[in-house]
Amino acid sequence: MKLIGRKIYKGTAEGQALVTKDGISFYGGVDPDTGEVVEVGHELEGHSVSGKILVFPSGKGSTVGSYTMYRMMKNNTAPAAIVNSDIDTIIAVGCIISEIPCVDKININNIKTGQNLIVNGTEGIVEVK
Amino acid sequence: MKLTPEEKEMLNGKHGRAAQKSMEILTTLGDIFEAESMVKVYGVQIAGVSYANLGEAGLEFLNEMAEDGQVKVLTTLNPAGMDRENWQALGIDEEFAKNQNRVIDAFAKMGIITTCSCTPYLIGNTPHYGQHLAWAESSAVCYANSVIGARTNREGGPSALASAITGKTPDYGYHKENNRHGQVLFKINTSINGTDQFGVLGKLIGDKLGALEKKIPYISGIPEASVEELKSFCASVATYGGTALFHMEYITPEYDKYPKPSDLIFEINRDDLERARSELIDEDNEIDFISIGCPHATIHEIANIAKLLKDKKVKKEFWITTARPIKKLADAAGYSEIIENAGAKFAADTCCVVAPIKQRFKGIMVDSAKACYYGRAKNKFKVKLGTMEECIKEATK
Repeated sequence: MKLIGRKIYKGTAEGQALVTKDGISFYGGVDPDTGEVVEVGHELEGHSVSGKILVFPSGKGSTVGSYTMYRMMKNNTAPAAIVNSDIDTIIAVGCIISEIPCVDKININNIKTGQNLIVNGTEGIVEVK
Repeated sequence: MKLTPEEKEMLNGKHGRAAQKSMEILTTLGDIFEAESMVKVYGVQIAGVSYANLGEAGLEFLNEMAEDGQVKVLTTLNPAGMDRENWQALGIDEEFAKNQNRVIDAFAKMGIITTCSCTPYLIGNTPHYGQHLAWAESSAVCYANSVIGARTNREGGPSALASAITGKTPDYGYHKENNRHGQVLFKINTSINGTDQFGVLGKLIGDKLGALEKKIPYISGIPEASVEELKSFCASVATYGGTALFHMEYITPEYDKYPKPSDLIFEINRDDLERARSELIDEDNEIDFISIGCPHATIHEIANIAKLLKDKKVKKEFWITTARPIKKLADAAGYSEIIENAGAKFAADTCCVVAPIKQRFKGIMVDSAKACYYGRAKNKFKVKLGTMEECIKEATK
């Protein structure tokens, strides 16, 4: 199944989907050293986002979150790609400075955790295998 | 988005890596917010300066940008995590000071004026009516849009830096006239005086806007307001309501440019203000820290503090946070000597929000509603809001 969205940041990545209905705040909500979601009560609390295709509605919280994503890229704990419903500026800027392929305007209800995805950030396409 | 030949060259890497990365950030934001083109900016204010917020990764990003990035327009910095000259007297540790200076050096390398203040409009980053800007720092954004009538969105650290390096910002949001009209009318039926009371009004309006999911208030019934009072109001309404623009009848320059809101109207009376004020005063507060200058104190405020502290001694930790050039003015005018003889300390370049002072004090007293919010949330202090006179009375009693 091919889902057509909007390109946010270029590049292609293949990996396992990690899907949540909750927004994500990288600043304070994700541990940049381990890649683990640490926000109390978050649907993904305790799960690692490292190397995953992270699928969530939108970002939230402090603009420092963009720098946290950059730090994760340097630590090799960043997601392999990001898929959003409606992206916000924090996640968009984080993807650009960290060079994480990213697509938004995707109906994320069509994606389930554990599915294999190919994200083509250059074309704005997400393929569910 | 429609780009000029020069903007396309930047995006294609012809002007170097920093310019390319910057243009990638700006065109992506422009696409997300459906801007049709870029607009030239007159000046930039950059946030994300404290090492406590940036960390090593943020610093690494800045160093990469500084390899070949040079700013094209007037660019100033937000407060850092410490006073750059007087950090030892304020109890900042040496490791932090070293790292903070590495951050400032990276900004300086790009040609940024390292003022480290949240009030750029007082110290030379002074736009005029109608000019486009790319400012971060929510209180200064609100001041620039509302009090000056310049035009800026609320930028984050990286997008503001991108605008500094390219001289451009995508043309959307508050840059467009049709997004600047007031949405909710607040009629003030009581007198409002002093920085503390204007801060209370900012919280009251900010909280109300948050509940209504609106951003732009139109305020009537205030006969006059000083720069200091407006500065305090901006900081508060931006903190509690995310507001980047307001109109104040007969006071701000665009108040009669757009129609006055007529469908959403709220009246504010004395008891509403008293209720909002009581929410900024914690019970059982053992005050051991007083801080004035959120946003950074003007020379007029410092002159007043000197008058109130003359021939007195403070018995508690007392900081006056301000911009370095204002501190130098206070030195020349003789105010600093009076204030320092009383035992109070200047903390230039920094403030009680961004300095690494979490849990160092039990209770803080301030004349700023914004400082109350961050004192509680970030530094885990109990808080008390008062007039500047009350703050000084508390410090000297």
